[in-house]
Amino acid sequence: MSSGRLLSADRSPALSVRGLGKHFGERVAFQDVFFEVGYGEVFGFLGPNGAGKTTTVRTLGTLIAPTSGSATVAGIPLTAENGVEIRRRIAIVPESPGLYLRLSVTENLECFGDLYETPGLKDRIQDALRAVDMTDRAGDACGTLSKGLRQRVALARALLSDPEVLFLDEPTSGLDPVGARDVHELIDGLRNRGVTIFLTTHRLEEAERLCDRVAILNTTLRTIGWPADLREQLFAKTLVVRTLVPLPEPGRVFDGLPAVDGWHERDSGAYVVSVSDSAIAAPAVTRALVAAGADVLSISESYHSLEDIYLELIDEDNEVGRR
Amino acid sequence: MSVSRRRVRAVFRKELREYRRNTSIVAAMAVLPLIFAINPLIAVFALPASSADSLAQGNTLLYLLGIPAVVPALIAAYSVVGERQQGTLEPVLTTPIRGEEFLLGKALASFVPSVAISFAVYALVLACVGVFAAPGVASALFKGRELVAQVLFTPLLAGWSIWVGIAISARSSDVRVAQQLGMLASLPSVAVSTLVAYDVIHASLGLGIGLAVLLLVLDVLGWRIVSAMFDRERLITGSKS
Repeated sequence: MSSGRLLSADRSPALSVRGLGKHFGERVAFQDVFFEVGYGEVFGFLGPNGAGKTTTVRTLGTLIAPTSGSATVAGIPLTAENGVEIRRRIAIVPESPGLYLRLSVTENLECFGDLYETPGLKDRIQDALRAVDMTDRAGDACGTLSKGLRQRVALARALLSDPEVLFLDEPTSGLDPVGARDVHELIDGLRNRGVTIFLTTHRLEEAERLCDRVAILNTTLRTIGWPADLREQLFAKTLVVRTLVPLPEPGRVFDGLPAVDGWHERDSGAYVVSVSDSAIAAPAVTRALVAAGADVLSISESYHSLEDIYLELIDEDNEVGRR
Repeated sequence: MSVSRRRVRAVFRKELREYRRNTSIVAAMAVLPLIFAINPLIAVFALPASSADSLAQGNTLLYLLGIPAVVPALIAAYSVVGERQQGTLEPVLTTPIRGEEFLLGKALASFVPSVAISFAVYALVLACVGVFAAPGVASALFKGRELVAQVLFTPLLAGWSIWVGIAISARSSDVRVAQQLGMLASLPSVAVSTLVAYDVIHASLGLGIGLAVLLLVLDVLGWRIVSAMFDRERLITGSKS
């Protein structure tokens, strides 16, 4: 994904949030949140339960008035007066699909299509049902559908109005792995159609798989960026060296090598070498090991998942909270 | 502010579809009017022809105006809090619908079946009286002025009950509490129509016109006031914005 597609110079961002905050009395839901989301971007909004993710979505969706800061949504300033115009350009799929269970899939879509005053509604309903692969269940009452299928109907409902920004609030919450995979495939499909997606989740593998950029919220915004950049920001680059037998004098092998900043022995025959540039350090470490007569099993660059990043930041917050 | 007919119709049509498939709502709509109608009907059937003179003095069938006071209150009291409890309110409020349109759709969906049921029960009562009551009793009960009062006050009373019911529904967090309060709020209307029916409050043209104008004003104001009270944040989070 190129960053040029996300924040093109000739178009304002799909979402621009500047110091936004919401308090319920003394309780802070979220505060001092800044970010921008470009058109066509899939933006992951991560955080633990109670971090303020859903409240942020509701605020940007004009359901809740912010107590501080400002924002533009789909190019329109977030104010109470602009509520109708903003809601016309966005769609929100809440955590619970919120379908009328006694009504059929088509009747649910008809209702929402009319609420959006969608032109050519019959065709749009067919298109939306095709997009979520539900044409064969169009006449079924929503109460007879599984949770995964209901989530698909909620996605079809959101697609009816062809939104500029689609907010998905925990779209796979409570789904089994097959249901979650289906939703992931649908989101992939939407991304390919160029829909801007704001995805809140606490499923990190989901965010890692689907999102171009992620932000981590824990009442305040803890970090934002591409997952690869966040890894670099938060974790030192390391090489993990494994030898058949422990090195008799590892310091003589690793100390003084180019681009090697330090090392430590993790367990018997396994060494973690901190490096500033793995492209320089890895060949130097390999040569030094061969010169020392070591039987090398593997040399690999360590990988930090989004989960590592997330846990690192949330643990920091918990640590600060305990002090 | 312009009201979108299409959005109002969407809410109205959705509500009617839900009523059709919700047996408990249909049962509540059907049972209450029958309770209103059956007991007095039996009493009327038992009356001898000699009681016709005393019946001619009162406006007995006006007690049926209790139906448009009670039935819509029950439905309207469920309308907002019911959706909130089902979890269907938030998706609706994320659409471009305005509070005024949402409430108007809900009100119409309570109004149309309530008024239809009220007129149907009135027609049924008239038919039963015509067929089964003693001839003198029937002619004493059929009065042109009562027919006019039924036609005029049924929609006006229903409108008032609906706005009170929706106001309660938009502020409640529990369906049962909302419906109980809605029923309680409809009792003054029932009391007044019953007192007029039994001639405790003497019906006159002036009183009729005065009450009709008052109810019309309350109905129009009701929509405006309830719309002004409509608070998306409160409905979603339970906290006032």
